[in-house]
Amino acid sequence: MKDITASVARVTSGFLLAAVIGVPLGVLMGSLKICEAFFEPFLGFIRYMPASAFIPLFILWLGIGESEKVAVIFFGTFFQLTLMVMDVTKNVSQELIDTSYTLGVSKRSVFWRIILPASMPGIMDTLRITFGWAWTYLVVAEIVAASSGLGYMIMQSQRFLKTSHIIVGILVIGVIGIIIDLLFKWLYQRLYPWMGKGGAA
Amino acid sequence: MEQKLCIEDVSKVFREKNATVTALSNTSFCVAESEFVTILGPSGCGKSTILRIIAGLEEASSGRVLLDGKEIRQPGKDRGMVFQAYTLFPWLSVEENIAFGLDVAGRSKSDQQDAVKFYIEKIGLKGFEKAYPRKLSGGMKQRVAIARALANDPEVLLMDEPFGALDAQTRSVMQELLLSVWDESHKTILFVTHDVEEAVFIGDTIYVMTARPGRIKARIEVKLPAKRTYDMKLSDEFLTIKREVLELIREEAWKAANANLPEE
Repeated sequence: MKDITASVARVTSGFLLAAVIGVPLGVLMGSLKICEAFFEPFLGFIRYMPASAFIPLFILWLGIGESEKVAVIFFGTFFQLTLMVMDVTKNVSQELIDTSYTLGVSKRSVFWRIILPASMPGIMDTLRITFGWAWTYLVVAEIVAASSGLGYMIMQSQRFLKTSHIIVGILVIGVIGIIIDLLFKWLYQRLYPWMGKGGAA
Repeated sequence: MEQKLCIEDVSKVFREKNATVTALSNTSFCVAESEFVTILGPSGCGKSTILRIIAGLEEASSGRVLLDGKEIRQPGKDRGMVFQAYTLFPWLSVEENIAFGLDVAGRSKSDQQDAVKFYIEKIGLKGFEKAYPRKLSGGMKQRVAIARALANDPEVLLMDEPFGALDAQTRSVMQELLLSVWDESHKTILFVTHDVEEAVFIGDTIYVMTARPGRIKARIEVKLPAKRTYDMKLSDEFLTIKREVLELIREEAWKAANANLPEE
């Protein structure tokens, strides 16, 4: 099952890269008008370019190694993720912010005191959703040019008419996906007990 | 009595795309130390705007607000505020919410604990210290919000229709609770409401506002015993004041109802 480990490694590194850059950037864009004005048009534009269409370009630039796959996953998730995080941060209730001002919070510390804690659950949800998309792009990347991974395995099985292998491949992806989803949900409840099961506080 | 808070000739004009709306026009009044003032007006008369300007959340278009003789320009913990909407920080427990202001000010944990203990007792929420706001009813949330504002020991407490979202029974319980808390601290309070009975029951002084653009239409001193009890709401004195205020406000409410079109 080296295909599974190869796939998981790719999807994780591509997604982590997107999250590590996207979350702080999104939070920044959501809380500072200048950052939003600067990055939003740019991200909003690229977001509509399908990541799969970039695969030929990535292959030419990055070859067919790991970096190409990670690039596809990154490209497929980063822009959406950043904009979604931005929306979460922007939607922090103005009333909570106003209240904190009347309790002595300064304009500078309102970010740490209010905006960040208030947006954390939303950010977590965004990560959970975009991780699902990362899987989709992984398979796309592996179908095109790869020598390992679940996508590759599915393609190979097609070549040899092994229908059952294809179905197994798809199921495995589904099972891994649901495990990760549950993991996110479990983490969410552990970290944000104040949110309750339904979501909205 | 000493003047604690003075609003001097304050106006507020909101500019929208193709219209300007004068929410408040040339309003002046002063509030004495330890006075409990209620501001009563029809909806949209700018009564909340006054509070937001005093809190420093909104800038006055002209005029100024003085607290202890000093002009105020931005929000500060010397002016605590309780909003109509539930504004407890959902990620903090009841006790953390109450201690929030003290924590921001960098006060020691034991100071915070003392304040929490004191106010939990006051608002009757023993046993709920560790609960998160989503577990609380509307009335409980507002009690915690009041405790949170008071724990910060502000000079003035601003209350923007804090009981507006509560049902009638809970509301009258909250009024008595607020009065009993006030009885001990004697904070200077500005309390905005559109409920005539509420304004008469809890206030020492009532300012009645006109329909938009809001101005002070009348100042009424409530000459009821300082210690208010629930049965007073049926006394002749109470009803006389209530009738007087009702007549003043009725006129304005009609104006407000007929003037829903934005002015130019």
